[in-house]
Amino acid sequence: MKKVLMPLVMVALLALVPFVGVQYAGLSYLFGVIIPYTAMVVLLAGFFLRLADWFRRPVPFRIPTTCGQEKSLDWIKYDRLESPAHFWEAAARVLSEVFFFRSLFRNTKAELHKDANLAYGSHKWLWLGGLAFHWSLLVIVLRHSRFFFVMVPGFTDFLDHADGFLDVTLPTFYITDAVVLAAISFLVFRRLKDAKMRLISLQTDYFPLFLIAAILVVGVLMRYVARLDIMPVKDQMLRLVNFSVDAPGEIGILFYVHLFLVSVLAIYFPFSKLMHAGAIFLSPTRNLTNNSRQKRHINPWNAAIKFRTYSEYEDDYREKMKKAKLPIEKQ
Amino acid sequence: MSKYAPKLSELKKEFDEKPSVLKGDYSAQEWWDRPVEFRDGNWCFPGKQEVLADLGFANPRKWAATDEDWQLPADWQKTISEGLQSRLKKYRSLKLFLDSCVRCGACADKCHFFLGTGDPKNMPVLRAELLRSVYRNDFPLVEKILKGFSGSRKLTKAVIKEWHMYFNQCTECRRCSVFCPFGIDTAEITMLVRELLNLIGVNNNWILAPVSNCNRTGNHLGIEPHTFVQNINSLVEDIGDLTGVEVEPTFNRKGAEVLFITPSGDVFGDPGVYTMMGYLLLFHHIGLDYTISTYASEGGNFGMFTSNDMMKKLNAKMYHEAKRLGVKWLLGGECGHMWRVVHQYMNTMNGPADFLEVPVSPITGTRFSNAAATKMVHIAEFTADLIHHKKLKLDPKRNDHLRTTFHDSCNVARGMGMFEEPRSILRNVCNSFHEMAEDTIREKTFCCGSGSGLNAEEYMDIRMRGGFPRANAVKQVKDRHKVNSLVTICAIDRASLPPLMNYWNPGVSVYGLHELVGNALVMQGEKKRTTDLRENTMAGFEDGGDDDE
Repeated sequence: MKKVLMPLVMVALLALVPFVGVQYAGLSYLFGVIIPYTAMVVLLAGFFLRLADWFRRPVPFRIPTTCGQEKSLDWIKYDRLESPAHFWEAAARVLSEVFFFRSLFRNTKAELHKDANLAYGSHKWLWLGGLAFHWSLLVIVLRHSRFFFVMVPGFTDFLDHADGFLDVTLPTFYITDAVVLAAISFLVFRRLKDAKMRLISLQTDYFPLFLIAAILVVGVLMRYVARLDIMPVKDQMLRLVNFSVDAPGEIGILFYVHLFLVSVLAIYFPFSKLMHAGAIFLSPTRNLTNNSRQKRHINPWNAAIKFRTYSEYEDDYREKMKKAKLPIEKQ
Repeated sequence: MSKYAPKLSELKKEFDEKPSVLKGDYSAQEWWDRPVEFRDGNWCFPGKQEVLADLGFANPRKWAATDEDWQLPADWQKTISEGLQSRLKKYRSLKLFLDSCVRCGACADKCHFFLGTGDPKNMPVLRAELLRSVYRNDFPLVEKILKGFSGSRKLTKAVIKEWHMYFNQCTECRRCSVFCPFGIDTAEITMLVRELLNLIGVNNNWILAPVSNCNRTGNHLGIEPHTFVQNINSLVEDIGDLTGVEVEPTFNRKGAEVLFITPSGDVFGDPGVYTMMGYLLLFHHIGLDYTISTYASEGGNFGMFTSNDMMKKLNAKMYHEAKRLGVKWLLGGECGHMWRVVHQYMNTMNGPADFLEVPVSPITGTRFSNAAATKMVHIAEFTADLIHHKKLKLDPKRNDHLRTTFHDSCNVARGMGMFEEPRSILRNVCNSFHEMAEDTIREKTFCCGSGSGLNAEEYMDIRMRGGFPRANAVKQVKDRHKVNSLVTICAIDRASLPPLMNYWNPGVSVYGLHELVGNALVMQGEKKRTTDLRENTMAGFEDGGDDDE
């Protein structure tokens, strides 16, 4: 259980850092200005450098995983999404992965029954949990844009209203807050519950889950429990997006914890498996068209090799070929 | 039954009683602490010294996987590290697949070897992690501060043994990549790790001997030109005896319209030879102007299981010979990995084939624009087109003694996307066709368990386990629909599925698709046929029986 507890302790310690730093050492400038800026630079630069690093490596062969009928004879209908023949079909395939986790939707669960019998059942929980987690996280991030503009943009207002349509608490309860907490709990517990998942999970799998969970919990506490005064928060965020380096005003300590953990996540992102967010667009088994027989794919480093030519072959077997009455080039 | 496989009852008992991760049993042992144990039936004999010398491959020596000391070359660590670095530069796929896995576990129970062995390292995610853990060691500082954080480890001799075991318990079937949300393809990782292992002489004779044969004689089985011709001529005689029709294949003939290339297993092995008889009957039936080469006499390509350079080298003969003979286009027989190579690699590696013409069926006039650049057509595409245009005289009743199901070959399914053509042919040449369960066919098809060069006798234990998910799906249609014939379009399947069926489902025979075509073809001038190409009696055509022909 060390690999679960270690990341948990790490996240707890990280959460304590700004608490001590701001509350007792008075380092609000460090935690409110320097670290957030640094984190954003690392995230953006790191993300694009990683993407560029992948992008500059060649794709020597056209290796889509074909999950549907190829385009061949006219009277056979081909699968435009799973065996794309055109660029836009392959693009649609990638986007269906990005937005709807299409491959995960296929997921099955295998069970070994008595007397060596295998059964497969549909198993969409991971798909559902993953989709709920990523989409609500996206909505939450977009909702935060209200902190970055003096005038709250229209779409943020729209998201706010849609997300808060239940309107049961004060301040308005956001559905995504509940969904994301439920989804991340599911994502943690599935790693603990299943024997296969326990074996494959590493500390680097638990750490980002716990980190994001901590960010979410602190955010929820700020909004619904501690009821932080958000005006100084908004002031500070506006300063940050305007590249101001002025010292922050008086803000509740929970805000610093929230902001610091977000900064840690941003710094961690480009060095970790979280880069799957970029990798999904580049995967050569998904983003290439299945038309390698129709159109030649070029390998930039196509290795020079020496193969055994027909004349070398004939030289070795000429007499035997003659006896077998095979036509030959040289007598 | 092979001495290298357990008795079926013992294996079933093991499945029922032995705890396994597949069944949810967790030993609390981390995967990197689990020992690697070589025993009879779970390792392939290493490449013979003369084979390695012939190929110019590294480190020829006498050794066995069960040896404590594998006699690796002195600088093996350097060779592997540099080899990995250079491949990371050449293949975006490798770098991306090592970087982007989130260990979501969707692939875990999709691998036939995991389903058949319950061994956690056969979960595709862990198979890749065997390499990933070494690759990640690039950040030793992080590891030092946060011990165990990134799950990285040093490259040791024990790791090499582990790689040899588990990258030979992967048949490059790509089933995991269908389910992976990022499309991570373990086949790609396995191919490149096997390349690395070959650099230090960790290898498999069942792969390297055919590679060496193919280089020298033109085919995996090492059949020399005169024997190759003799073999096919004896099939011609058999066809004459069975049907009274004299088919006349030609060899190395210049100026033919089509060069036909098929795996050499179809020329030499049982039951592949019956499929070959099917091709010969078909070509005679439609009067195709074709020739067969003794030099480019191999459709398959075991180079693919060795290294990309070797794949290219062996494949180069196809275009070279097509050019020499001056044919217009290429027609390829039934084979799995051959078609992965032809479809996804050939033209990139050895093209452009601008000396050939865009394939056009001389019988139907259909232009195969999907093969416009590579200029090679799959026999199932070709035959499906013939049947669609009603150019074949078929009597499907001649296959009434067969109750069939269809096995999608991994490479044709997931590396080409050919699903409908063979099914359309099968429905036209037989009356009894029953699909296996939905989760076990088409893009979700299960490997025979012996693909990618693992069809060795001494590997029978692993093969029977790896083939278990496929066999189990066949068993279901056998019980439900009395299926007795497993039809396939792959030469490795034709070699590996018969022992698998004998082990798990006795009474089910394995057929090539074009063998059934050959049975059903009503040839001009044929004599009364009472048996199929295997000389098994056809139902309703017995001598003196009620025959409406």
